[in-house]
Amino acid sequence: MAEIFAALTTSHVPAMGAAVDLGKTKDAYWSPLFAGYEFAKHWIQEAKPDVIILVYNDHATAFCLDMIPTFALGCGAQFAPADEGWGRRPVPIVHGDPELAAHIAQSLILDEFDMTLVNEMDVDHGLTVPLSMVFGQPEAWPCKVIPLAVNVVQYPPPTGNRCFNLGKALRKAVASYDRDLRVMVWGTGGMSHQLQGPRAGLINSDFDARFMDMLIDTPEAAAKIPHIEYMRESGTEGIELVMWLIARGALTPKVRTVRRFYHVPASNTAVGHLILENDPDAAVPGSVAAVG
Amino acid sequence: MKEYDDIPGTFVFDAERARRGYHLNKFCMSLMRAENRTAFKADEEKYVRSFGMSEEQVQSVLARDWNRMLDLGGNVYFMAKVFFTDGISVQFAAAQMSGMTQEAYAQMMLGGGRSPDGNRHKSTQTNG
Repeated sequence: MAEIFAALTTSHVPAMGAAVDLGKTKDAYWSPLFAGYEFAKHWIQEAKPDVIILVYNDHATAFCLDMIPTFALGCGAQFAPADEGWGRRPVPIVHGDPELAAHIAQSLILDEFDMTLVNEMDVDHGLTVPLSMVFGQPEAWPCKVIPLAVNVVQYPPPTGNRCFNLGKALRKAVASYDRDLRVMVWGTGGMSHQLQGPRAGLINSDFDARFMDMLIDTPEAAAKIPHIEYMRESGTEGIELVMWLIARGALTPKVRTVRRFYHVPASNTAVGHLILENDPDAAVPGSVAAVG
Repeated sequence: MKEYDDIPGTFVFDAERARRGYHLNKFCMSLMRAENRTAFKADEEKYVRSFGMSEEQVQSVLARDWNRMLDLGGNVYFMAKVFFTDGISVQFAAAQMSGMTQEAYAQMMLGGGRSPDGNRHKSTQTNG
């Protein structure tokens, strides 16, 4: 049977991708940040996921104001890195897993999550930067990736609670797939940042630390953070953190923190990164019974 | 008044702003194509006027008044297409939005960013 065994969260700042693409990761500005991802690069070699369900947001690339799906699941066989106005990132094509994606889509919709299903789309830095941070610059990405795009551009994004419950439903969907696959869910975006208006540049390290604590230990409480609190405390773009709750919801109620990293700044943004594994003691039958 | 209108220095891109800014953001999005960037640079006013924007929106674009564009329904991820067409970074534009020099803004970020203290409510704002 397929299983979601771990989650990874990370910011997806475009400048981090540019630092990789332009060979600047050893520069004084970037090296402390990239050093913080060395652990993940080694860990992923051992963990060897077959599939990553990668939760991210599109930034006026594949989706503009023509269509604004709240939750969009990438069901196609492949997704090209997008040209965001300065040419496509020199990174490999992203290969999906149409069979698993179709199974997940069916399970989620029957679980009352009305997903938008997308067969054709390009993927922007929101999806490709996390892959670069963890896998570096391979010829091909070493596993399949199912994109799960969340609208966090036009207010309101889905609530944190909705995202948390979607994560639980993802766990149930993957667990009912009849092939032996090791699956991860990655939650990307955040942490605190605001890219607009006279308050641009806002960073709130206290909020970010508290959010990570809550996400790990009391995710139900993190799921209750209202949108106004994200915006006031962590900046208008800090609201992207609801996407981390999808990754957390996909794990067991208790988790083990195998990696926690935080760094300010990457351009305008506070960078946070976690790797969480299911707690084997808590991973007993019934632990996902709350999915409804 | 919406609850989030009390956050200082902030324009929340909600459904109302998205409606007002539809043509403005469509203009921004058009700059994803090289031939459109060329047409825009050749005659900004003519190009901008072809999108059905309000006069206020047209003027805000021509003046590169980022905060006015935001208030009139522009979204920063769409406006980023204008930044890149102009050859400026998001950080450069962010500095302009907050009325700081690029150097001062970059230093602020290296120093841990803009503090939320004094920036949570308009009524108690001390540090714009």
